[in-house]
Amino acid sequence: MMGRWFGGRRRRASCPLEHGGSCEAAPESAVCRFKSLGDAAPGTRCRVRCLHGGGGIRQRLLDHGIVPGIEATVLRSAPLLDPIEIRIGDSFITLRRTEAALVGIDDA
Amino acid sequence: MALAGQQNAGKSTLFNALTGVQQHIANYPGVTVDKKSGSYSGSHGAVEVVDLPGTYSLTTFSLEERVARRFLLEDRPDVVVNVLDASNLRRGLYLTFQLLELGLPVIVVLNMMDMAERRGLAIDTRLLEQRLGVPVVTTVGRKGTGIKELKAAIDRAPAPGEALAASLNYGPLEDDVVELQRRLTSAPTLQALASSRWLAVKLLEHDGEAARLLDGHLAEPHGVLDRAHEARARFEAANDLTAADHVARSRDHLAADIVATAIVDHKRDVVPLSERIDRFLLHRWLAPVFLALTVWAVYQLSIVQGYELTKVTWPFLAEFRNLAAAWLPDAGFLHDPQTRSLGLWMVDSVNTLLNYVPIFLILFALIAILEDSGYMARIAFILDRVLHRFGLHGQSTLPFVLAGVFAGGCAVPGVMATKGIPDHRARMATILTVPFMNCMAKIPLYTLLIAIYFPDDKALVLFYLSTITVFAALLVAKLLSMTLLRHHETAPFVMELPHYHLPTLTGVLRRAVERTWLYIRKVGTVVVAVAAVIYVLLQFPGVSLERQLHYQEQAEAAIARFYEALDGNPLGAAVTDQARLTDLVNVATAYGAARLNAGSREAAQAIDDRFRERHPDFWPFITRSRDPDARAAASALRQLASTRKTLRREMKDERIRNSFLGQIGRAMEPATQFADFDWKINVALLSSFAARESSVATLGVLFDQPEGENRPLEERMGEAGAAAGNTALTAVALMLFFALYPPCLATTIMVRVQTGSYAWMAFSIVFPTLLGLGVASAVFTGGNALGLDGLEMMTLVYFGAFGLLLAVGLAGWRPRWPGTPEAVPRAVEERP
Repeated sequence: MMGRWFGGRRRRASCPLEHGGSCEAAPESAVCRFKSLGDAAPGTRCRVRCLHGGGGIRQRLLDHGIVPGIEATVLRSAPLLDPIEIRIGDSFITLRRTEAALVGIDDA
Repeated sequence: MALAGQQNAGKSTLFNALTGVQQHIANYPGVTVDKKSGSYSGSHGAVEVVDLPGTYSLTTFSLEERVARRFLLEDRPDVVVNVLDASNLRRGLYLTFQLLELGLPVIVVLNMMDMAERRGLAIDTRLLEQRLGVPVVTTVGRKGTGIKELKAAIDRAPAPGEALAASLNYGPLEDDVVELQRRLTSAPTLQALASSRWLAVKLLEHDGEAARLLDGHLAEPHGVLDRAHEARARFEAANDLTAADHVARSRDHLAADIVATAIVDHKRDVVPLSERIDRFLLHRWLAPVFLALTVWAVYQLSIVQGYELTKVTWPFLAEFRNLAAAWLPDAGFLHDPQTRSLGLWMVDSVNTLLNYVPIFLILFALIAILEDSGYMARIAFILDRVLHRFGLHGQSTLPFVLAGVFAGGCAVPGVMATKGIPDHRARMATILTVPFMNCMAKIPLYTLLIAIYFPDDKALVLFYLSTITVFAALLVAKLLSMTLLRHHETAPFVMELPHYHLPTLTGVLRRAVERTWLYIRKVGTVVVAVAAVIYVLLQFPGVSLERQLHYQEQAEAAIARFYEALDGNPLGAAVTDQARLTDLVNVATAYGAARLNAGSREAAQAIDDRFRERHPDFWPFITRSRDPDARAAASALRQLASTRKTLRREMKDERIRNSFLGQIGRAMEPATQFADFDWKINVALLSSFAARESSVATLGVLFDQPEGENRPLEERMGEAGAAAGNTALTAVALMLFFALYPPCLATTIMVRVQTGSYAWMAFSIVFPTLLGLGVASAVFTGGNALGLDGLEMMTLVYFGAFGLLLAVGLAGWRPRWPGTPEAVPRAVEERP
């Protein structure tokens, strides 16, 4: 059912960040070929590939175990679709979609 | 010795177990923000323990991390005890690696071992020790197991410098790390500050503060910085990954590797219990139902049942007042000694406060259960979307619930609870809007006015009032975060949902008692102080001398009539002089008060016996009897007492009218006339600033009983109000003003504590006053102009606010919004 919400947006699942953060150091085309966690439907199993954005947000994501290379499962979204809850290993992390949009993923 | 570790790893519990100091512990992320220290005596003398703020890493992005990092770098603790959640080792190890890189002597503590075992994890601590190169101790902080072993390990800890840190290999970046490390070693002063390896890695991670550290220590920092920059650029070009991401990944890889070798997971393929529970509790359609049920249960148990409990406890407080009344100097016939009036005034103020204690105990216990069980974090998850829309945060829920989102709470613990909100802007918005909630002290005024003006629509008006305050809070929060708070720092919403676990009885009770005690202490002192000030403002300058003489004459005339009536009555022998007469009147009053408080027939009988025994000669005056002499005496006394009451009321009325507060109230009339507030209401509102409870009490004084009749306040106010031309519209204006009225003094002091600024405290007083007065004036003036009655106007205002709320809430709402493109870059810009 969630696919209805996200299906039409797949083509936009490019780098949501045109500027700023550590993303700018790497060539955009290279880093931004990944899908965004912010668009992932519940039930998606994926691998974290890169983190866009910089500073505080990036660090917070890292601190909560959202590190490049790790496997994550999108469990559910809140009743109003935002935030989402993901499972990484044995811990459950919730984050808003705006923050999840900074996480580049591909299929596990 | 310093305790470092992640939030939720049980650092505070361990700190308590080590030092024996009582402090607040929560399951909710972000509670330990202050630096806490204590000490215990080890085998080599006293060991000082500093509890560092809970941090995930040692960067400079959050206040907590900056505090922890500065302490580690500048205070160089002898030992760092790194507390880890044994069931979540992989993520906990990130911090361990960073601490080791800093070159500090580290002891790793695997806390909450019981939880890990229950989850089927078998941890090989010997292997862990080998891999990390530091001692590893296992504990269960809540039960105190392993504390002795930890103390022994602390005693054995090597002196700083001797420790041989296990190092993490950074793979393709390793050569650059070593090269930078070599260059940094050339500065000896830098060595004392931080290990060169740590600095080298930080430079490669592009950590701004690490770069600043070089200044003043290296003769030519640019060389090193250029080298770091070059290495970063080369790495990123070659690996399609930023150097910082690579550092994070290397840490995670090593952590994963260590976890894979040292831990056997017996339940790897079993879905954790928490997740199975969450499939129901956080289900898209069921979650709101469970949430509503929880809120309803909390309301029922704390507010509704709590009120029942106050009926049991109130007689004790009333008895306390009667005791105080008996102990204080006796009342005069017309004038009471100043100590007596002040003393009773204070007792009344304290009593209204203590009356709520049962409710608070239940409420705080329930909230502790919600926090400890892990459901509170889920509430934040469910509601964040709505609250975030209005500039608040998922974690603003707890403060709003405490402050009385469903009629009946207290803003003081509400503002206190904002400490846990990690987003600074949302936290400020929460602090400033929490006082709009309907605290328990607002309710009496509502019920009073509703009983007078809306006897037929009680439920509807109360419903309007209890929900419109939520609308107001949300709208004001939005307004503030778009204007005044626009430039305040915000933080992303990334939060761990803790695993569910059963709260312990002692933990819940301790927290409920601690929070209630804090309420009594904080609020109590303020209320007592302000009550004293208000008393002075209401008492002075007092009644003029000639008016006093006038009252004196009237009193003497009444006394003369009393003696006339008693002429020839043998009972008159009991009141030979003026002093005895005053005694008689006072005894009669005390008897009345005691009888009123008597709960049962037996209690009333006991009171009768007591008074008869103590005052045998007065007894015929105050009891009902068939003896004609006694009846005549009692009737004469009733007459006298009634006249005395009237005179005292008139004097009080005149005193308040002349008092400083009365003068201020009258001076405010030009400003409040648009809301139809006269000076009496102004005085009540002013005095309610001390504590909201006193508004009804002050109104009670201002609309005092005429002629000794015993009619409820609402009747008296209704009559006086009707005479003054007040309508239901005035009541609506007054109630809305009261709903938006500034927080009581205790709350504003809490605002000062939580914002750390007097300016915000002043703002929290001035802004709601203006807002409330504006709304009240608009309601009264507008309602009159439109020819609407009170209920119509109330409905209009309610749906107006509701419409505005929907408009703001839905503005820019797109059904297909995941990751709205414009929202994302803004989220980044907001961070400085």
